[in-house]
Amino acid sequence: MSEVIETSDVGAGDNSMLAFDVERVRADFPILEQTVYGKPLVYLDNAASSQKPRQVIEAMNQAYETYYSNVHRGVHRLSQLSTDHFEAARQKAASFLNAASEKEIVFTRGATEAINLVATCYGRAFLQAGDEIVISHMEHHSNIVPWQLLRDQIGIELKVVPIDDDGQLMFEDYERLLSPRTKMVAMTHVSNALGSIVPIKDVIARAHEMGAAVLVDGCQAVPHMKVDVQDLDADFYVFSSHKLYGPTGIGVLYGKSDLLNAMPPYQGGGEMITTVTFEHSGYKSAPHRFEAGTPAIVEAIGLGTAIDYVTAIGMDNITAHESGLLAYATERLSQIPGLEIHGRAREKASIVAFVMKSAHAHDIGTIVDRAGVAVRAGHHCAQPVMARYGVSATARASFGIYNRRQEVDVLAAAIGQVREIFG
Amino acid sequence: MFDELRELYQEVILDHGTKPRNHHELEAPTFRAHGHNPICGDALTVYLMVDDGGVIQDASFEGRGCAISMASASMMTEVIKGRTVADAHRLFGSFHSLCTEDDYVLEAADAADADDLERLNVLSGVREFPVRVKCATLPWHTMNAAMSGEDEISTE
Repeated sequence: MSEVIETSDVGAGDNSMLAFDVERVRADFPILEQTVYGKPLVYLDNAASSQKPRQVIEAMNQAYETYYSNVHRGVHRLSQLSTDHFEAARQKAASFLNAASEKEIVFTRGATEAINLVATCYGRAFLQAGDEIVISHMEHHSNIVPWQLLRDQIGIELKVVPIDDDGQLMFEDYERLLSPRTKMVAMTHVSNALGSIVPIKDVIARAHEMGAAVLVDGCQAVPHMKVDVQDLDADFYVFSSHKLYGPTGIGVLYGKSDLLNAMPPYQGGGEMITTVTFEHSGYKSAPHRFEAGTPAIVEAIGLGTAIDYVTAIGMDNITAHESGLLAYATERLSQIPGLEIHGRAREKASIVAFVMKSAHAHDIGTIVDRAGVAVRAGHHCAQPVMARYGVSATARASFGIYNRRQEVDVLAAAIGQVREIFG
Repeated sequence: MFDELRELYQEVILDHGTKPRNHHELEAPTFRAHGHNPICGDALTVYLMVDDGGVIQDASFEGRGCAISMASASMMTEVIKGRTVADAHRLFGSFHSLCTEDDYVLEAADAADADDLERLNVLSGVREFPVRVKCATLPWHTMNAAMSGEDEISTE
């Protein structure tokens, strides 16, 4: 590993030793210099996907330009270097989640594939007709549909924990839904549509008392807060790179070693086998068992760099910065007549979803876009949440490490234009 | 930029968008179809009452969505009432061009449709907002599906 380029000293705006400085962070993100319709870009769609710092872009370029090759295959120099960098990224992901071992980190295409992998492989090995899976009312479609597919294949039942008017998990109802038939709890850590933070450690503890395994969808949690899978005692924890300032096409499935190694492979192919004959194939242990075919090598390396980047800034600093933005945005938007915020949980990540009496979310999205403000307007791949609040769509501003208070002011002014047009 | 927004959200559109006409179910319609835009979740149902001569005697819709889709559905139901199914098919084609082709001129349309297209022209502002074109055309796609005997249509 001696020639592996150390990326842990990646200069994250030199924030590591200083108080958090949003301007230094912004300087790392080339795209933020863009103008949109002649206005400075105000990017508030981070919950859908976040922008990439130059450190990530450069690390990926460097890989392609200086040492790219396939991994785990060649005896040649570049293959060894690529493998070292790729496996270093796995180690970084393990440290980031505080996994007990890098062998518990499976690279997937994203959180969606990670959930499908668990639904397919864990489901096939451990679940049978009559078993129950508990999810919440605020799951992203990617943590609903894979379980419905499994239900239709093997006859399990899906139970849904309700949420209250503020968008909080109704914990007593959750406890009531748990039974000896519950074999899996699949729940989001932070709601992408409402911003609510689920008390996931308590959720996991209760599930374990019933003997159920727990999968946590951490997509909206890892960009905003420190996550420790051993402290949570999560059995599976998934997230996507592209919401964590890393590239698309790569994500992480954390799974406890004993569970992963008890599960059958997901896809068959190269790299996941020990020996292959026409009569029989032997499978590697985790994580390689679940990584058939050539993986997204450079994307994994980019993710590793993104993890270095946020780690250097410090997750606690990020949480503090974004909490300030959330409080300010909530205050500013609450003052706008006819605007209603959806999701008022006591514990929230920096996501503000809202509707207006006079204007539909799409019309809001179109109008603020012309002011340079990128927000998401729609159902946020969480149609049950929309149904819960009786709306077809909401507008959503979601904040990241590079957002500033004055961008909240730009958003508020742009919403003023919505009111000028729609009243 | 505000001019383009004003062009998109003209008074007529805001009026139809907030107070859509023919916004109710039709009992025992000749044709009915459900239209859905999976990207945004907008959904509406179009109802048509067509007589033996192929004339649309009544048209209505149910559903909810943005100002553009509501206004478009509202104006569509007004325009096609009293027209034949063949007319409505033809109008759909012209309206689609109106919303998508920058160089489209009203004179290119059938002379019989001139007045209707003149009215519908207020929706042509969506040309400057490509992601909103489907909002304007969803009701028409749905009507087209209904007349073609399809129950459901999904844009994209």
